[in-house]
Formats: sequence, structure tokens, C-alpha cells
Amino acid sequence: MSNKTLQIHSSPHISNGASVDVIMRNVVYALFPVVVFSIYAFGLAAFFTIIFAVLACLLTEHLLCRWSKQTTTVNDWSVAITGIIYGLTLPPGLPLWMTVVGGVLAVSLGKFIFGGLGCNPFNPALVGRAFLQAAFPTAMTSWMAPFASDRFTTIPTSTLALPLFSPTYDSLSSATPLAAMKFSQQSSETVDLLLGLTSGSLGETCSVLILLGGLYLIVRNMMNWRIPAGIFIAVILLSAVFHFIDPVRFPNVVFMLFTGGLMLGAMFMATDMVASPITNVGCFIYGLLIGALVVVIRLWSGMPEGVMYAILFANAVSPHIDRYFQPTPFGHQG
Amino acid sequence: MPWLKHTPFRHGIHPPEHKEDTAHLAIKQFPFAPLLIVPFSQHIGKPAIPVVKAHDEVIRGQLLAKADGYMSVPIHAPASGVVRKIGMVSSITGAMVSGLYLEPFPASTQEVLEGKPCPLDASKEQIITAIQNAGIAGLGGAAFPTHVKLNIPEGEQVDTILINGIECEPYLTTDHRVMLEQTRDVFTGIRYLLKATGAERAIIGVEANKPDAALKLKENIPNGLPAIVEVLNVKYPQGAEKMLIKTLLNREVPAGAHSVEIGVVGVNVATAAEIGRLLPHGRGIQERVITVGGAAVNQKGNYRIPIGTPLRFILDTVGVTGALNEVFLGGPMMGQSAPSLDIPITKGTSGVIAFTDGKLMTRRCYHCIHCGRCVEACPMLLNPSQLGLLAKKQHYEVMADEYQLKECFECGACSFVCPSHIPLVQYFRIAKAQLKKAQLKSVQAA
Repeated sequence: MSNKTLQIHSSPHISNGASVDVIMRNVVYALFPVVVFSIYAFGLAAFFTIIFAVLACLLTEHLLCRWSKQTTTVNDWSVAITGIIYGLTLPPGLPLWMTVVGGVLAVSLGKFIFGGLGCNPFNPALVGRAFLQAAFPTAMTSWMAPFASDRFTTIPTSTLALPLFSPTYDSLSSATPLAAMKFSQQSSETVDLLLGLTSGSLGETCSVLILLGGLYLIVRNMMNWRIPAGIFIAVILLSAVFHFIDPVRFPNVVFMLFTGGLMLGAMFMATDMVASPITNVGCFIYGLLIGALVVVIRLWSGMPEGVMYAILFANAVSPHIDRYFQPTPFGHQG
Repeated sequence: MPWLKHTPFRHGIHPPEHKEDTAHLAIKQFPFAPLLIVPFSQHIGKPAIPVVKAHDEVIRGQLLAKADGYMSVPIHAPASGVVRKIGMVSSITGAMVSGLYLEPFPASTQEVLEGKPCPLDASKEQIITAIQNAGIAGLGGAAFPTHVKLNIPEGEQVDTILINGIECEPYLTTDHRVMLEQTRDVFTGIRYLLKATGAERAIIGVEANKPDAALKLKENIPNGLPAIVEVLNVKYPQGAEKMLIKTLLNREVPAGAHSVEIGVVGVNVATAAEIGRLLPHGRGIQERVITVGGAAVNQKGNYRIPIGTPLRFILDTVGVTGALNEVFLGGPMMGQSAPSLDIPITKGTSGVIAFTDGKLMTRRCYHCIHCGRCVEACPMLLNPSQLGLLAKKQHYEVMADEYQLKECFECGACSFVCPSHIPLVQYFRIAKAQLKKAQLKSVQAA
């Protein structure tokens, strides 16, 4: 028997092999079909927007790590998720320079200044998007119709707008289902909403694929299903009540569920582990809060969509939810 | 069907069991090492006081050190031989502790000195004294003096003795083999335990991964003995007393209280068997059953090993393939890493597990991502994530006051599931040690 030095460490001496990078990588897998559909629906505009969004996020994180003399954290895959989700929330045809600005801000102000992965109070992707929404409201609400015949051959002129210049749009913009409902009381076909045949942000249109991705993560225990469950329950209950009160002014439950960023937000943004509560009860309440806020913003604010602000607000409340819903230790009941 | 009968304790984990290597192997007697290392403190409480001198010749089973008061148990000679030296010996923690070196005679046999038998109809006090005199401390791993547990405080009433045959630690199969091979000893032990505590019944808890042991016990319950066998679904850490009481009796030990206060005394099945084996002959513990396993070990198995046998002798005897990288005593979830191979096994050692490829040390440690898996794993329903963050900031008082750190019994479930590889249990141990230090300081200052 050889006399090699023995390792000493504190128990337990085994682990189940789970790892942060594995979880993060699986979220990327779950998002992959959504990305593919987005490119299929919006063509080159989507392709370049997502590529630029991801590259901007990855590079920002890498350079910031280098600059602050830390080992790069790009390989934990979390910034890849931020990049993809950020890209998916953008409207097709957004100038690429805006995409880059938002991506840089998402990672630097949304994540890095708080200490990187695990420390960000808000979902970084949404921080980037919120900045763009505030800075470039017109560009952020100009929508392209999906499935344009020339989508794989030409890049929209707006996408290639020079930095600091406002984009010009070559095709007629098409209203999102939520805007059509809000401003002209027009509803959309449920099948179109499910399959993603409407206009909207890059990744929010195809509810079916988003749900499948979320289901994959839930099955693999990489997402707390109580968050989307809470969101859906709140949205269903509240919108059912309002639709019952005034069916003309308030849209029905199905429309509320499958339009806008609700699916993508509920499945992939609200569920960001870092910015959501840790206990199951907390997660459910956090979900209910987001759902309620979405309904309130959509029905009464000046904006047609409210998922982003609802999630950011709930992110801010999340530590307080955690505080109030601590588990009661064994032997402390009664 | 067991899974319908009992509501298990909440949370917990399912680590890979690795019991198949040794579960089917009958207990074998281990040879004597050329030199045995016998510490005087192999239990929680005061170390025993030596009653022999260097160069004394002793007989296997003879008293080497007597109990120092109530919170202490005596130590008996694990082999017939010569006391070489009394002084400091190395221990699992790396610290030197008082003990002696015993050199067995080359012709030392398994024969054991007989003492004064303790009859089954002895009085309560006689049985408890006999258990202390036999040097019995919990063989499950904690090594708490058993007689202290059995001495029911004035005003308390115990209705149930729980015989813990759960053995939820991976790799370990000693309790499993003891239940199969020492079934009669287990029931004799239960008779003594019922008498000593005045309990009405005994329940033997066995996890469903040991169906043969459960069956053997069920078929051999002596007529008239108020004992039953309950088979429970496998879940770690069900072997923890509080968890087992919750699952079997649906009683929750209140925070800061002992199980006696809710009418239960828990005893490990190997401890019960040892009581049943030793008391009728008035003997003391000289050996114990230990699982020797892990990927590095050639002849894995369950061995009855003399107390004080050094790890080096054990591993040399069973054979090891490759360069040893990690050896720990007990199971992989709660066992302690051995700092060297020149330390002895003691009464609390249930396993010697050896590996050639420890990988845990080289893993990258991420920041907590709030995934909540530790919260869902903690059987004490604590918030390990929050405790870990506080520990990192050295907010030890907050950990104790607001997040009930003291309830943590270091089962390791949180560290086991943590995808960020945060050494949570280690953090908690440091925090507890620091709190203890601070408390000591304030006591001294006052």
C-alpha cells in the first residue's frame, strides 16, 4: 500500500453531481427550440439580433472579469442564458446598435456590479430590456409582421441603422395582438397565438415551444414549477373576473394567457433562480404577485404589455417574500 | 404495505446506496493487529481512567480503564497481551488523546474473560449499571453512553423503545448483518432495554432495502415479547433519531428537548445486539462489526474487528488496489476523513471506506444561486442557503438566533445536493465552533 497523502475534508464525502453550469446549460437547451422558431418566423432580422445580443452579453462579462482581474465566468453558461433571453425579448428589426447597448448594460448594470452570478437582485436580461424601453420607446414598439416572404434574403434597413441614428422602417409595422386589443379592441385567433403566427418580440410568439421548454426544465428539477403556476393562476382568476364584468373592454382568459411576453416571462424570466424566492411557498406567492401585476398593467396602464415590469417589481420584492416565508424548523411547530 | 402505513419525515435525499457490495457477506472475525491503539475516550463524556500500568499483562475482556463518573464508560482489553505504553495516541481528529498501546500475544485467542452475568430478571438499576460496566456507547456512530440514555429522568414516562435498524448511510451494512446473524441477541437486548426503561413495547425500524433482515426479525420475535418490526421506505437521513420517531410514531421531538420527553428512547440495533450478547456473560466490549468497503478495497466485507485495530492493519489485511486518496470512518455522508492510517477504530466506528479517487476537493465552488434544493433537502426544515450566506459573512449570531443553526445535526443533505458545491456543512461546523468559543469567552469574562 502506497503512502500517498490522504485527502481530508468535512463530510459529506459524496455529492449527487449537480452543478450550476449543468443547470444553466440545460436552460439553454430548453430555449433552443424557441430560438430556432424565432429565426424561422422573423428570418435574418431575428438571427442577427440574437447573435448580437448573445455576443454583447458574453463579451461584456468576459471583459469585465478580465478588467477586475477575476477568472472569467463566461463558462458557467449563465451569461449565455441572459444573452439569449434578452435577445428573445427584443422586437425584430431593432437596430443592432441598440441591441448591443442594451446587452452591455444588462450584464454590467444588471449583474456584474452586484457581484456576478448569484448576486443580481434583478433578472439581468430584463434590466437591459427595461433600459431600451425607456431610452428608445419607438424602436422598442415597432413590430414587423412574421413570415415575410423575403425574410431570409434581406435584412431590414432598421436593423442596420447606424449607431446613434434612429431607424427607418421599410415595411409597414404590424401591431402585436396585445396592442391591437388595447388600442383597437381587436382580438386574435387562439391557434395563431399558440403556434406563434402573430407579431411580437422575437421569442414570445410561439407559446407551445415555450411551454415545452419549461416542461423540460420542470421535469429535470431545474425550475420551480410553482412560479409559472402562481403566475397562470393569478392571470386566469383575475382576467376571468374582469372579462365577466365587461367582456367588451377586457379580453378573455385564453387571450391574456397566450399573448405578449407572458409565456416566455413566466417560464424563463420569472423563474431566474437568483432573483426569485427560495422557498416553495415564497415562489408561489411571487408567481401570484407577477400574475396580478401583469393583469393590472395590461388592463389599466398606458402600455399594452406589462410582463417585464411585473417581473422586475417582483424581483425587488423577492427578498422580502423570503423573509416572511422562512421554513419553520423541525420541532418548532406549536 | 409500508408506504401506505407511515408518513415519512419531510424532505431528505436519496443518495446512491452502494450496499450491494457487502450486504450479502456474512460477518467474519478479523485477526489481531501486532499493536492495538486503545484511546481512553471512545464515547461522548469523560475519558475513562486507566487501571493498568505499562508492561502489565492483560486478558481479553479485562478492564483497562474504569468509568470516570456517570458520563463515562469503561474500556476493556480487546486482546490478551502486554500493555506496552500508556500515554498519548493519535485520533481521528488529528489531535493526540490519552490511551494505551497493547501488544497482543502471538497466541492470543478469541476467548474472552467472563464477568458477573446480569440476569434478565435483574432490577432496573442493576441492568443500567451492567450496561455501563460493559462499556457500551451508541454503536451507530454518535457513541453516546447508552446507560445515560436509558436512565429515565424523574417524572418522565417512556412508552416505546425504538430499535434503529435503518442504517441509512451509503456503503454500511453492519446493522443489516447484525440483524440477520445476531437476531437472538437483538431480542435479548430488547428484553434488557424494556426492563431498564419500563417501556411497554419495542418497535424495530428497518428500511425496505433490507427485506431479508426485516423478515428474519419478524419470524423470530419471541413469544410474549412486545416487539414489532416496521419496514420503512428508504430515505436519508431516516436513521437520525428525530426523523425515525417522526416517521414511525408521528411524534416530533420539540426543539431543545430529548426524545424521552415525548416518551421514546431510541437505541441502535447493533447496540441492542451488543447488550444482548455481553450482559448474560458480564463481558465488556472488545470488538465491533465494521463494514470495510469503498472502491479501493479488494476484500470488501463485514468484519468483527477488535477495538483499537489501526486502519493501516485493516487495509493491509483486506488489500487495496491503487494509491489511497481518501479514507473515512463511518459512512460517506457523516463519517470523518482519516488524517492518517495510524489511527485506531473505536466503539463508534461503523465503517472504514477507502477510495483512490476523491474528486470533491477539486470542484469549482459557485456563488449560491438560490435554487432552493438545500431547503428541499434539509430534514430539520432549516434554510441552509441563508445559513451559508450568513456564515460567509461571519454573522454567526444571526445564524443561531434567527435561523436555528443549533438544530442542524450535520447530516450533509444540503451539501450533497448543492449545485454550487458550497461546503455548507463545513461552514456550519465552523459557525458552531466559533459560537461555542464566543460563549466560553463571555462565561470566562463574567
